[in-house]
Amino acid sequence: MKPFTDIIDLPVLDEIDHALIRATQTGLPLSSTPYGDIALGMGLGGPDAVKQRLQRLLDIGVIRRIGIIPNHYRLGYHANGMSVWDIPDDVVDTMGEMIGALDFVSHCYRRPRHLPEWPFNLFAMVHGTSRETVETHVKDIHALLGQNVRNHRILYSSRILKKTGLRWRKSGDKKCCD
Amino acid sequence: MSNNRNPKPTPDLAPDLSALQIRLIEEFQRDFPTTPRPFATIAEKIGSDEESVITAISDMKTKGYVDRVGATYATGRAGASTLAAMEIPQDQLEKIANLVSHFTEINHNYEREDKLNLWFVVTAADQASLNTTIHSIEAKTGFAVHRMPMIEHYRLDLGFALQWN
Repeated sequence: MKPFTDIIDLPVLDEIDHALIRATQTGLPLSSTPYGDIALGMGLGGPDAVKQRLQRLLDIGVIRRIGIIPNHYRLGYHANGMSVWDIPDDVVDTMGEMIGALDFVSHCYRRPRHLPEWPFNLFAMVHGTSRETVETHVKDIHALLGQNVRNHRILYSSRILKKTGLRWRKSGDKKCCD
Repeated sequence: MSNNRNPKPTPDLAPDLSALQIRLIEEFQRDFPTTPRPFATIAEKIGSDEESVITAISDMKTKGYVDRVGATYATGRAGASTLAAMEIPQDQLEKIANLVSHFTEINHNYEREDKLNLWFVVTAADQASLNTTIHSIEAKTGFAVHRMPMIEHYRLDLGFALQWN
């Protein structure tokens, strides 16, 4: 199997960044002054120091967004379909941008094929209240992709076996961070 | 362009959510204020008060509608990570899934209905640690781990500015 390089330009994060990620990954405290509380807990100067760090992490793309993180399943989105598509390489970026812009697609990625068993190179995650809803959405995707689709499939998740936030640990580290 | 990529709450299925709570979920999945008192800032924007906003969010957390208020991290930007998939005979799935979940580097471990039936994300501090972890999983389970790292992501709403005062 051809090895893939996952990361090309890894942003440089210092110890304080890592500590801030650990402090915020389980969520901000629901107090009047969450950033101030975090600053206090980490021994940083004040809420401004936390804000500046968070802003930088946003700017370099380490943080995608800050917000209320809902539980899709609990909110009634019981069907989670990972639609996977075999799209010719020369058009996959154009197609991906188009699919990634759809409201009902929560994630859209290009990933490597594993031929011959796995020909799919475009992944679009679709959440719906039922499988019927997901299938309707997937039909919409199919219509947009048109003749570029050589093959496709929907992989429904039947069980969530583990769902946690990020964990940080280097191999060889004796102490883990959670 | 839609401002809200994430699923909206469905009142039919979450009937105990208040109007305030639905609005909070709809409007504050991103661009959460970084003001010294963010919940007061939100309250000001939507015509509520700080205490009501905090109470509404706490209540949703208690009921499980909200996992947390916080940052979502792009795993691929803050270390090394990859989506991975394994093909496990159904009668061994439970056992193997438990072995895999036991690794602290694993999150989002899902059973999916396919020949490749176990899907998870491996995250490590760097590429070497990631390789070590994947090899350990293969050694411990006896099954191959297929790596499906992100080559490209397609999203229009990645960039946004924090609201500074």
